[in-house]
Amino acid sequence: MLRRRIRSALARGLLWLGALAVAALLLSVAGYVCVRGLPGLSWQFLTGQESALRGTEGILPAVVNTLFVIMVSLAVVLPVGVGAAVYLTEYAGSRRLVGVIDFAAGVLSGIPSILYAMLGVLLFCDRLGLRRTLLAGSMTLAIMTLPTVLRTTRESLRAAPASYREGALGLGAGKWPMIRSVVLPASVDGVVTGCILAAGRVVGETAVLLYTAGLSTAMQDFSGLRAAARASGATLSTVLYVYAKERADFTAAFAVATVLLAVAALLNAAAAAAGRRLRRV
Amino acid sequence: MERRREKAVETLFFLCALTAAALLLLIAAFLISSGLPAIQEIGLRNFLLGRIWDSANGEHPRFGILPLLLSSVYGAAGALVLGLPLGLLTALFLAKAAPRRLAAAIRALVRLLAGIPSVVCGLVGMTVLVPLLRERLDLPAGDGLLAAVVVLAVMVLPPVIEVSEDALAAVPRSYEEASLALGATEEETWLHVSLPAAGSGVAAAAALGAGRAVGEAMAVLMVAGNAANMPAPLRSVRLLTSGIAMELSYAAAGSLRQRALYSIALVLFVVILLINALLYFAQRGGRRPC
Repeated sequence: MLRRRIRSALARGLLWLGALAVAALLLSVAGYVCVRGLPGLSWQFLTGQESALRGTEGILPAVVNTLFVIMVSLAVVLPVGVGAAVYLTEYAGSRRLVGVIDFAAGVLSGIPSILYAMLGVLLFCDRLGLRRTLLAGSMTLAIMTLPTVLRTTRESLRAAPASYREGALGLGAGKWPMIRSVVLPASVDGVVTGCILAAGRVVGETAVLLYTAGLSTAMQDFSGLRAAARASGATLSTVLYVYAKERADFTAAFAVATVLLAVAALLNAAAAAAGRRLRRV
Repeated sequence: MERRREKAVETLFFLCALTAAALLLLIAAFLISSGLPAIQEIGLRNFLLGRIWDSANGEHPRFGILPLLLSSVYGAAGALVLGLPLGLLTALFLAKAAPRRLAAAIRALVRLLAGIPSVVCGLVGMTVLVPLLRERLDLPAGDGLLAAVVVLAVMVLPPVIEVSEDALAAVPRSYEEASLALGATEEETWLHVSLPAAGSGVAAAAALGAGRAVGEAMAVLMVAGNAANMPAPLRSVRLLTSGIAMELSYAAAGSLRQRALYSIALVLFVVILLINALLYFAQRGGRRPC
């Protein structure tokens, strides 16, 4: 008995040790990024542009490009992802079809981003003639984030109580009016969570954008639709890669890394808040 | 009128749902059609088992991906050997042993690390791990397979922890109560009852981690050294992903070199599908009550 007590105490100690070691490791990665990055951060760095003439560095173009890519890819993926989720939960009669699409979404979410990058290069940049533009990158990322939006929307549609649907149908509403006015509003939190998670993947993605969206760090012209469709440039994570790997400018690279870390933390908090509201409904 | 609108709406949603399946078919068709020709030209044996990758050689290019394939396998295996036990310990701790507030704090940290871009992991690896390895081991360069393994191990921790914690939390409370009632200690119960009962979830976590490690491109590109050597712990290596990433910008459109990159992509896709299949069977096998 004593030996078992000792073994059990050792096991518990090992659990604490392992978990605290992992926590310390993760914390030190985040801490290290902040410590190296904060000195390079300034208002001017965030809102300025790179200029060899004036000797200034700045990532405003990358911030703008990142926002552009997020908006365009979400605008494309959102209707398709939500539509697919609605079909699967509200309409689909065939179990087999649901299984096939579930399987497809699962595989899609496991495909490495470098393969999406190659698809983007061949399909959007070359075949469809978009060249290396933010638009081509956004389209590729829309494909990549489809499983994320589909999954979160589906979960929240499932969580919408059957009584809502029955109530609406009982009042004589058709199926589509019922979905539009009752089911979708009740599931808006899941859609929002999906958007946030998709935005997180877009912000963190480098491989796809490196090859499909261009590397320019100059400010792009977004003044009109035509100009915006031709804009080509680096997003935040691409800029980080360029600073670190091609220019060996680690001060700037860590400053960008800190910004990315902060964005990830913000998106996490937002997703958690949306998730909490989801559970309350 | 209303019936027609209902039908139109349903068709529209159906098309949306079909898109997901169609995209997978599109990607598979695209990888096969653009990856097979170069394999046929090079020869499957020479391609898969060739030990020399020298695609930029103008006169005698060699396209053997064995070094890349083995480096990817060793990299992912090493990352799992380091990451899986640590991840499991952490998951057990979070699901069973941790005080509530500490568990919440660690969970938030894990989620944060899951959300940071892989280039950030690569950057930290480049500036901390690589110089450390170089100095401690007295090497000419610190980047290589070992550095890649460590970075990948850290990167697979968050998904491994999240998935296996979910699986551990889903173990029926009655299993554990039965074990405790028979006189087992809490720790014995966690290790001998909860962990085996969550076996399929743990397998899923391992498969997910393997998939992440095999598929990671940017972080590996930044720390592995990128010379296409046969893998050895301290040697500079190139993995399947970084092999594509290295040359995607340089290979001329339509050249054998570019087509060979699409062949690597096809091999990578097959590896990922195999891991997915393992995952699928692991989850099916786990459905049986134990």
